[in-house]
Amino acid sequence: MKIAVLSGKGGTGKTFVSVNLAVAVQSATYIDCDVEEPNGNLFLKPENVTVTTVHTLLPDFDADKCNGCRKCVDFCRFNALAFIKGKPKVFPEVCHSCGGCVLVCPVGAVTEHGHPVGRIENGAYGDISVVTGVLNLGEASAVPVIRAALADGLTGKRHSIIDCPPGSGCPVLESVSVSDYCVLVAEPTAFGLHNLQMVVEMVKMLNKPCGIVNNKMEDPYEPLEDYCRQSGIPVLCRIPYSETLATLNAAAQIAYEHDESSRTLFDTLLRRVEAEVKP
Amino acid sequence: MIIAIPVNENNAEPSICVSFGRAPWFLFHNTVTDETQIIKNPAANAEGGAGIKAAQFVVDHTANVLITVRGGENAAEVLLAADIQIYKAQGSTAKENLALFTEGKLEKLESFHAGFHHKQ
Repeated sequence: MKIAVLSGKGGTGKTFVSVNLAVAVQSATYIDCDVEEPNGNLFLKPENVTVTTVHTLLPDFDADKCNGCRKCVDFCRFNALAFIKGKPKVFPEVCHSCGGCVLVCPVGAVTEHGHPVGRIENGAYGDISVVTGVLNLGEASAVPVIRAALADGLTGKRHSIIDCPPGSGCPVLESVSVSDYCVLVAEPTAFGLHNLQMVVEMVKMLNKPCGIVNNKMEDPYEPLEDYCRQSGIPVLCRIPYSETLATLNAAAQIAYEHDESSRTLFDTLLRRVEAEVKP
Repeated sequence: MIIAIPVNENNAEPSICVSFGRAPWFLFHNTVTDETQIIKNPAANAEGGAGIKAAQFVVDHTANVLITVRGGENAAEVLLAADIQIYKAQGSTAKENLALFTEGKLEKLESFHAGFHHKQ
C-alpha cells in the first residue's frame, strides 16, 4: 500500500503525519518527496546512508555535423531551444530532457549528457527504510528528483509513506501519481482550508481515494467542518493542538515513540486508511 | 532597420504590451520602407519558454531593435546573441515610442527579470 500525505498549504503537518504513520506501520518505507526542503530525516534519523546522484539529460549540438535545418528547435514544445546565427542553443532550465531533439535531428548532430540536479539518500531508521530526495540549489524543476526518490523507494512490497511537497503543482502531482491513497492534512485556518480544497480537486482529478486529517485542532473550525461534511470526504482523525506535540516536534522527537495518546491516534489512523484502501 | 514592439492590439494605434513573451501581437516597423506590420505572437499561449519563443520570433523577423517595457533573462540572451539592441519603452503607445526612438530619446534596457514561470 502506497500512502501519499499532502496538504496544499505548507506547515500543516505533512511530515509530522508521515513520520508517525511510518513508525506506526513499523517496517515501512518513508519517502521524502519534499525535495526542496526535505526534513523527515530530522525525525527518522537514518543510518548507513548511501547517496546516489540524480541526473537529467541535456542536449549537446555538434556544430560540424549540424546542417542548420532547425528541426530540433521547431520540435521542442517546451521552447527550450533557440536558433541563433545558424546554430541551435539550449536553455537548461527550460529543457524537460524529453530527448525529442536527438530523435528528430536528421544528421545525428544532437547527443545528450547527464547534468546533476540532486541526490537520493537511502538509509534506515530501525526497520524503517528512509529515502530522501534532495534537489540541488538553483534547479528549476523538482520532478526528476521526486521521480528518482519514488523509483528508489517503491521497490519492495512494504507499505510506503510518501511525504509530498506543499502546493498542488507538478511536484505534488508526480508524488501522488503512484499512490493508492491520499491523506490530506488540513489545519483550522482560512488559508489551510483554501489550499485543502485545491488538493481535493487535484486528487479527484487523479481518481485517488482520499481522507482528511484535521491537525492542530482546538475548537472545531466551522468552515472546515462544513467543508468536510459537504464534500463527503471522510475525516480520518483529529490531532489536538497540544504543547506536548509541539515540544516533541521542536526536539526532533517522534510523537508516536514518546506520547501514549499519539500512539493510539496514529494506530487508529493507520487502521482507518487500511480499511479505506481495502473496502 | 527593423524595429519590433510587443503590442496589445492589431490596429493603427496599438498600445504597448507590458509583457514581452506573452504579448498577443508584435509590431514590426521598417524604417527604410516606412512600412509597419502587426503579426500574431506565436509564443503568446506557450506553456513554458514563452520569452525564448517570442525572442526567436523577433530574431526570425530580422529585427535590429526591440522596444519593450521589460523582458526575461532567457529572452535577453537570445536577443543579445542575435545582436538585437533592446530599448526601454516609455509612455503607452507604439507610435510615440517609434518617434522617441528616432529622436534618440529612449534608453537601453539593461536589467532583465528571472522569469515568472515555475514560481509558486
